[in-house]
Amino acid sequence: MPAPHDTDPKLSEYAHPEHLVTTAWLAEHLDDPGLVVVESDEDILLYETSHIPGAVKVDWHTELNDPITRDYVDGERFADLMRTKGIGRETTVVFYGDKSNWWAAYALWVFSLFGHADLRLLDGGRAKWEAEGRPMTTEAPSRPSAEYPVVRRDDSRIRAFRDDVLVHIGKPLVDVRSPDEFSGKLLHMANYPQEGALRGGHIPGAKSVPWARAANEDGTFKSRAELETLYAGEAGLSPADDVVVYCRIGERSSHTWFALTHLLGYEHVRNYDGSWTEWGNSVRVPIERDAEPAG
Amino acid sequence: MTVETPLPAPLAEVVALFASSPPRDRLELLLDYSQQIPPLPDRFREHPERLEPVPECQSPLFVAAEVDDERRVHLFVEAAPEAPTTRGFAGIFHAGLDGLPADEVLSVPGDVTARLGLAEVVSPLRLRGATALLARIQRQVRGHLGDHT
Repeated sequence: MPAPHDTDPKLSEYAHPEHLVTTAWLAEHLDDPGLVVVESDEDILLYETSHIPGAVKVDWHTELNDPITRDYVDGERFADLMRTKGIGRETTVVFYGDKSNWWAAYALWVFSLFGHADLRLLDGGRAKWEAEGRPMTTEAPSRPSAEYPVVRRDDSRIRAFRDDVLVHIGKPLVDVRSPDEFSGKLLHMANYPQEGALRGGHIPGAKSVPWARAANEDGTFKSRAELETLYAGEAGLSPADDVVVYCRIGERSSHTWFALTHLLGYEHVRNYDGSWTEWGNSVRVPIERDAEPAG
Repeated sequence: MTVETPLPAPLAEVVALFASSPPRDRLELLLDYSQQIPPLPDRFREHPERLEPVPECQSPLFVAAEVDDERRVHLFVEAAPEAPTTRGFAGIFHAGLDGLPADEVLSVPGDVTARLGLAEVVSPLRLRGATALLARIQRQVRGHLGDHT
């Protein structure tokens, strides 16, 4: 049985508020039998240092990716993962994580490829929960394993591949990386290793809307009105548009995919997870640069 | 199979510990090392600018390597508690290199991080960050040796 929805007034303004919960709501519903909390972080050891009581860990690197091919796990592996995490097909899954929920949003997006119905994000993520002094533990959860059917992954609706993007050029594209990555000055975020792509710049026609502009200082999402000003106003998108979002490997753009799809109700948003690490290494794909890098 | 460069004994011990553990336990080990970094002495806490940033790591990390009159290396590292993986790598180098003769620290090959068997559980970017940390330690040691001669 799915958990009740969070009726917080800020959330109810969003197009699909059933996909977001507040820290206060989660604190009250931690023990709901039909709910599993999933922590997904960039730092894969962070969960072990402490986590929300009862939360299970999903490691984006080892558990959601195929170990050999650059792709996500298939239906069988996903079902195995769900069983061992104690997640059933009807379970309400609440994701949270570090770095303003990048990886939590990414995990939520991957779960969406398998059509899991009740997926929610904890507004503000791990940092907000901790800042509010809410309980954390190092105790490993003991969840009984669950039944989960083998479901074929559906890449057609919310995932874009390189060839899809090639024919998409000219339609709305959102590059959510930092301005220096967009311009081609940097190949990765500032202070991160400058490796991973042979060419810098962006996909022709892409609008630069860094993911962080959708978030407040505390990591929560901005209000619906603010998001509309940003995406409809500044970036000129509209809810019926066919939109592709991308970043470096698809994690920051999952955050934007979530905002457009669930908070603003856009119906055709695809995340290009190959992102710049594929595009910037591909032979003869078109690249645009705003200005020559300085120096 | 190529012959691997021998490692200084304390670092070889750490590497052997990782390599002989099943992959799942390697994360636990990394967590142990993340908790073994000693607190900074006052002269660094009061002057954090004396620590060199390691921008190749995914989370902020700062390191200083000193060489004493007996040409032994002393390492000082600072990394945020919310970045345990980065701390773990710093802890490995601290456990494996602190107090060793400078020449031994300089002899450590850049691919040592690949021998920890962490590639399956840690993203490649993180391993590169760890390699960069070692390179910065060695460069600082070389700099200090230059000062002494």
